[in-house]
Amino acid sequence: MTATTATSQHASAFDLREFRVTQRRQDTRDTATLSLAPLSGGPLDFRPGQFTMVYAFGVGEVPLSISGDPAGGKLLLHTIRDVGGVTHTLTRLRRGDVVGVRGPYGHGWDVTDGRGGDVVLVAGGIGLAPLRPALLQILARRSEYKRVVLLYGTRTPDDVLFADELERWRGRFDLEVDVTVDYGPPQWRGKVGLVTSLIPRAGFDPSTTLALVCGPEPMMRYVGAALVDRGVPRRRIRLSMERAMDCGVGLCGHCQLRELFVCVDGPVFGYDRLERLLWLREV
Amino acid sequence: MTTTTHEVRDLLRSHCFTRDMAHEHVDRLVEHAEIAQVPAGTILFREGEPAQDLYLLVEGRVSIEMHVPGRGAQVVDTVEACETVGWSWLVSPYRWFFDARAATDSRVVRVDAAALRALAEDDPAFGYALMRRVAAVMLERMQAARLRLADVYGTSQS
Amino acid sequence: MATSVAAQQAVITTDGLDQLISVLRERGWSVLGPVLRDGVIAPGEVTGVDDLPRGVGDDQQPARYRLRERGDDALFGFASPATSFKPVLFPPRQLLWRATARDDGFDMTRPDAAPPRRALLGVRSCDLAAIRAQDRVLAHRWKDRPGRDVDYVAARDATFVVAVACGSPADTCFCTSMGTGPAPGEGYDLALTEVLADEHRFVVTVGSERGADVLDEVGNRVADHDDVAAAQSVIDGATRAIERRLDTTGLPAMLDAEVEHPLWEDVAQRCLACGNCTAVCPTCFCTSVDDVSDLTAENAERWRTWDSCFTAGFSYVHGGPVRASTASRYRQWMTHKLGTWQAQFGSSGCVGCGRCLTWCPVGIDITAEARALRGTARTSRREDTT
Repeated sequence: MTATTATSQHASAFDLREFRVTQRRQDTRDTATLSLAPLSGGPLDFRPGQFTMVYAFGVGEVPLSISGDPAGGKLLLHTIRDVGGVTHTLTRLRRGDVVGVRGPYGHGWDVTDGRGGDVVLVAGGIGLAPLRPALLQILARRSEYKRVVLLYGTRTPDDVLFADELERWRGRFDLEVDVTVDYGPPQWRGKVGLVTSLIPRAGFDPSTTLALVCGPEPMMRYVGAALVDRGVPRRRIRLSMERAMDCGVGLCGHCQLRELFVCVDGPVFGYDRLERLLWLREV
Repeated sequence: MTTTTHEVRDLLRSHCFTRDMAHEHVDRLVEHAEIAQVPAGTILFREGEPAQDLYLLVEGRVSIEMHVPGRGAQVVDTVEACETVGWSWLVSPYRWFFDARAATDSRVVRVDAAALRALAEDDPAFGYALMRRVAAVMLERMQAARLRLADVYGTSQS
Repeated sequence: MATSVAAQQAVITTDGLDQLISVLRERGWSVLGPVLRDGVIAPGEVTGVDDLPRGVGDDQQPARYRLRERGDDALFGFASPATSFKPVLFPPRQLLWRATARDDGFDMTRPDAAPPRRALLGVRSCDLAAIRAQDRVLAHRWKDRPGRDVDYVAARDATFVVAVACGSPADTCFCTSMGTGPAPGEGYDLALTEVLADEHRFVVTVGSERGADVLDEVGNRVADHDDVAAAQSVIDGATRAIERRLDTTGLPAMLDAEVEHPLWEDVAQRCLACGNCTAVCPTCFCTSVDDVSDLTAENAERWRTWDSCFTAGFSYVHGGPVRASTASRYRQWMTHKLGTWQAQFGSSGCVGCGRCLTWCPVGIDITAEARALRGTARTSRREDTT
C-alpha cells in the first residue's frame, strides 16, 4: 500500500504507487516491455508522450516513457532498454514482481493539434516507444486526421521494436509506414540509411502537417532540419527531449536545459524553441 | 525516333538526376541509354568489375553490398527510385567498389559510361553539368554515410 | 511571512534582545543565530546575547575569510555568516521515506516527526531575499509542476524570522546591485537595526502579527525621531560602504547570447569544479535522490541530498554527462544564477551575498566575470524583456 504515517502531512511528490508486473515481453536483445497493474486504486490515466518514474525496490528509480494505449484501460506499459543500473534490473523482472510508480508527468504530444491535417511520426530506435501511444490515439480517431505517416529508423533489423504491430500497421491502407536501418544484414531487402533519408519522399503535405519526433538527440537534430527543409513550420514540429532526471517533478534541478525543466516544461517541446539549443554543445 | 527512344527521353526528363538538365544535353544521353527491367535478386555489378554504366533507378530498390567473410553480404546502403547507382564510372580506375543487387523488381535507365566520359571531354559545358550533379549525389551519400557512422542508436555498453 | 508593518518602530536595548531570545525559547522556538565556531561566524544555537560574537567582525575577500576584533561591543558587527540559514530550512540530507519488502510488494512510511520550531536570529537582508527565492522555487505552485517540497513548506511554517540589517558589509558584498539590501525586504517577523552611536540599542520593525505578539512581551519603547534617523544612518552607511557592483541590465539576454564566448574557457582554467560556490550559495537548490538499501535487501530508504551542477555526474544521460567540460558547468551555474532563473522564477537567483567569492578556493568573482562578459560581448545585445 502507499505510504504515509503522520496524519498532518500533505501528499508528497515522492509517494509511490505499487504496480505488479503482469506480463513481460522481450522485444529485442536489450529491450523488454513490462505490463503493470496497480495493486490498488484505479488505472494510471495518461496522455501520449508522458512519462513515469519507476522504482525498483532497493535499486533505484528511472524516468520511463509510457508506451501503452492511452485508451487501453487497466495496464500501464513501459518499453525499457537495458542501459545498465536500474534499467538492467527492470528488464529482468518477472511476472508477479512489484515496482513503485510515480506519475504520469510532463507535457505530452498533444496529438489532437494535428486534427484536420497530416501527421508525421518520426521515430529513431527506442524513440518508437513514446510515439506508439500517439499513433494509437490517432488510429482510434482516424477520420479526424488526413494522411498519417510513420517513419522509423533503427540500427539493424534485429532492433526493430513492435515488429508484429508494425506489420499490421503496414497492412493498413490509411497509414504509410516506412522503415530503415543503419546496417542491413545479408538478405535484408528493406532500406538502409538514417531515418532522415525517408523524409524528402514521404507522402505528407508540409503545410498541414504536425510532426512528432523521438529518438537519439543527434537523430532529432537532423530530422528537425530535414522537416524544416521540406517546409514544415518549426512550431509544428515536436521533439521529446531527454535529460538526467532525479525527481521528475521540477525540484531536483538535474533536467534543466537552459531555462526549461524537461520534466515539467517537456519532455515534448516545439522545434521553434529547441532548434538553437540542439546545435549548441554541452548546454 | 523509336518508341523506346521516346520512352528513354521521357524517363530522363523526369528522373531526379537529369530532370533540370538542358534538353540538348539530355538528348545526348538518350543516344547512349537504354531501359532495363531488373528482377529482384539480380546482380547489377560486382566489386572489382569495370564500371561501365551509370544507372538511374526509375522503380524499385537496389542494395549496395559488401561481402564480409563469415558474415556474408552486408548491405551498406540502399538506392531508391529517382536516385542513381554509383559514380565509380567517372573516376579512374573506373572499377566498382561494391556489389549492387536489385533488392526488389526494379527498372533502370542504363547509360554507357565510356560514351559519357567522351562527351564530357568534348563539351565542357556538358561535362560541368554532369559533374555538378554527380557531386551533389556524392555529397548527400557521404553525409548519410557519416550520420550512420555516428552510431546514434548505440549505447556506451555496445 | 510578513504581513502588515507596524506604523511605528520600537527600540530595545541589548538586555531587551536577551529578553527577546528568552521569550522565543519559552514559546518553544529554539533560537539559531550567529555564533563563533570553527574559526568562522556561522549559525548555531543561541540561548542569550552572550552567545553572539560581541565585538567580532569579518574580513571577506575573494578566497579569503578572517575574523577580526572590532574594538567595540557590536553584536552583529560582521557581514554574512559563513553559511546562510539554508541548511536549516533545506537540510543537506533529508529522509523522504523508508520501505520494507514484503512477499508481494513493499510498505512505505514517511518520517514521522514534525519539523522543529526554530527562530532564526540575525538573518541578513541578502539571506532573507534568498529565503524568498527558495520559497518561490520550493514552496510555490508554479507552471504545471505536480508537487512542492512539502518538507520545506513544513519547515518554513515552523520558522520565526528575526532579520538584522547590515551595518558592516564586507568587500565581497553586492546586495545593493541585486536590490536585496542592506535593509531587509519582506519575509521577517521582526527586523532589527543595531545602533552603536550614543546608546547601544536596536531599532525594531514589526513584520507580522506573531512578531508583534512576541515584541509585546519584551521591554521596549516607541522609537523617536532620533532612533529612526540613527537606524537609517546605519543603513545608509552600509549602502555607501558597498563598492562591489554587478550591472544586471539585460543580464539574462546577454548570458543567453554569449553561450560561445571564450570567457567560459578562461574561467575553466581557474575553476576547480569543486562546488564550494553551490554549497555556500543561499539559493542553490539542486538535489539528488538517493535510493539505498541495507545488506538484507529488505529495507530501503530514499534520501534527498544536496547536489551541485558542478559534479561530473550531474547531467549524466546514458553514455556520459551532457556537460562534461568545466567550462560548460561554470557556464551552466552562472547562466542559471544570473539569467535563466529569472525566466523560471521571476527574479534573479543571486542575492549578492558574496559567499561564492569568499569561499571559492581560487577567488573567482561572479561580478568580475559578468563585467568581463559585458565588456567583450560579441553578439548584439537584445532588449531584456524578461
